[in-house]
Amino acid sequence: MKLYEYTAHELAEMLDKKEISSEELTKAYYDRIREKDGEVKAYVSLMEDKALKRAKQVDEKRAKNEKVGKYAGIPVGIKDNMCITNTKTTCSSKMLENFVSPYNATVIEKLNDEDLVFLGKLNMDEFAMGSSTETSAFFKTHNPWDLDRVPGGSSGGSAAAVAADLAPWTLGSDTGGSIRQPSSLCGVVGLKPTYGLVSRYGLVAFASSLDQIGPITKDVTDSAILLNLISGHDEKDSTSLKLEKKDYTKALVNDVKGMRIGLPKEYIGEGINEEVKQAILEVAKKYEEMGATVEECSLDVGKYATAVYYIIACAEASSNLGRFDGIRYGYRTEKFENLKDIYRNSRSEGFGPEVKRRIILGTYVLSSGYYDAYYKKAQKVRTVIKDAYNELFKKYDLLLTPTSPTTAFKMGEKSSNPLEMYLADICTVPVNIGGLPGMNIPCKLDSKGLPIGFQLISNSFEEEKIFRAAYTYEQNTNFKANKPKFKGGDK
Amino acid sequence: MSISKEEIIHIAKLACLNLSEKEIEGYTKDMQEILEFANTVNNVNTEEIKETIGANDNYNVFRKDEVKQTVSKEELLKNAPSQDDGMFRIPKVIQ
Repeated sequence: MKLYEYTAHELAEMLDKKEISSEELTKAYYDRIREKDGEVKAYVSLMEDKALKRAKQVDEKRAKNEKVGKYAGIPVGIKDNMCITNTKTTCSSKMLENFVSPYNATVIEKLNDEDLVFLGKLNMDEFAMGSSTETSAFFKTHNPWDLDRVPGGSSGGSAAAVAADLAPWTLGSDTGGSIRQPSSLCGVVGLKPTYGLVSRYGLVAFASSLDQIGPITKDVTDSAILLNLISGHDEKDSTSLKLEKKDYTKALVNDVKGMRIGLPKEYIGEGINEEVKQAILEVAKKYEEMGATVEECSLDVGKYATAVYYIIACAEASSNLGRFDGIRYGYRTEKFENLKDIYRNSRSEGFGPEVKRRIILGTYVLSSGYYDAYYKKAQKVRTVIKDAYNELFKKYDLLLTPTSPTTAFKMGEKSSNPLEMYLADICTVPVNIGGLPGMNIPCKLDSKGLPIGFQLISNSFEEEKIFRAAYTYEQNTNFKANKPKFKGGDK
Repeated sequence: MSISKEEIIHIAKLACLNLSEKEIEGYTKDMQEILEFANTVNNVNTEEIKETIGANDNYNVFRKDEVKQTVSKEELLKNAPSQDDGMFRIPKVIQ
């Protein structure tokens, strides 16, 4: 087995026993990136010099038996909307193409404290707005399972990098499915934690009441470990909650006996691809065989979640993106005579078409005369959806749904129809509306050889239930035997 | 749900965006479709339902009002497209 094929927890053991060095491991990743990233195009920028320097430092510390973090020296890739000091954070936008972060995001500080090695920054939909990574202002990322298809989005670079062994694990961010949907399309494990569990400080804001950072990993164990490393209260993010620090690896128990799983019928019906639906029913059967009870249930109001999502997310985005004015940082137009020109021309030249579309939609639903009918109404329906989840979690420990209604689609297939693209998120957005945690777990390949994933959702701050059920499924099945082929599909 | 070109022009102005004739046409068509879809929220009965303003129930979070060193002015100004004497430089505002 090559070094880049191991999971992070396996690598940690090898490093601890001094069987390998961090420098050797980090070099293996950059060799792999040079070999394969030309096809996948997951990385926007690499941090090779800094990474090798840190790797050597960690090796020296280990050689001298100095105290280092348990995962010290393990490389990690970061979505390009999280700030790393003195490194570019572009959000895959012309607006921030030359922006150099003056500070670290809290998640980066936390990984720094553990001596992890940052490999580089990963491609995404511009400002995290998209479901295919096609709206990146720089280039499109390709799905390693079929290079003619999208990796999903918006954390497409983060998911494709893990699938293609270009990083052992990565961080993504999820506003309406941006960790889980690309994880599903790329056949990897992706977790969107409960809103408030991970600090958003230093994450470029898209929709502040929905955004959450989370891990994308090769297996469930790594997901629990990376969540351990990044979670916790942060006084710099007033929406992060003060909770007792948990060790999520304790939830990695191979047993689901007695767990109650609800299967909302709306997510195995209309609008869901037949092969995906069959795969979810097989997963449900597997859980029953393993000792859980699975029961059909209903989340009828879930059908309004996507509409609620696009109203609220775009409203918040139009407000958040007001800060890009060409004055303090970011792109400034060359064509101006007065201040108003700077604002207008910088924004018009700096933002791409999807970002403008969402700013327009958000400005519209917040504008006088439409505020009550759209924004206020959507906030009320958000309450109705949250209440419906609360009712379901009185009866069930977990909900089981597909993560994406289809497997990876062809590049360009949905990019001309915005509404069709928005519907790629129907299974994931309700979870953000509720502020709940949700995880994608890969389960099988479809007839085209593309990964299908299922989603487990729990009540807020009950990630342990997700980890336990996901771990049990993983231990009793073998999706990992499948590997991406890096081939173009039927052209 | 119908939205006119004039409304799109007005909204773009509020959002400080210039749109070309082609963009106005495209976004008008897109908004008609998206708003028709968004409008389905009005099918839900929300009588006596309160709005959700955040994902969790945190409302006011207080902290001590203390002076702390974060990032220096010099560091922060490095990203400014134009600066002068420790300040952001903009065109003349008073005519």
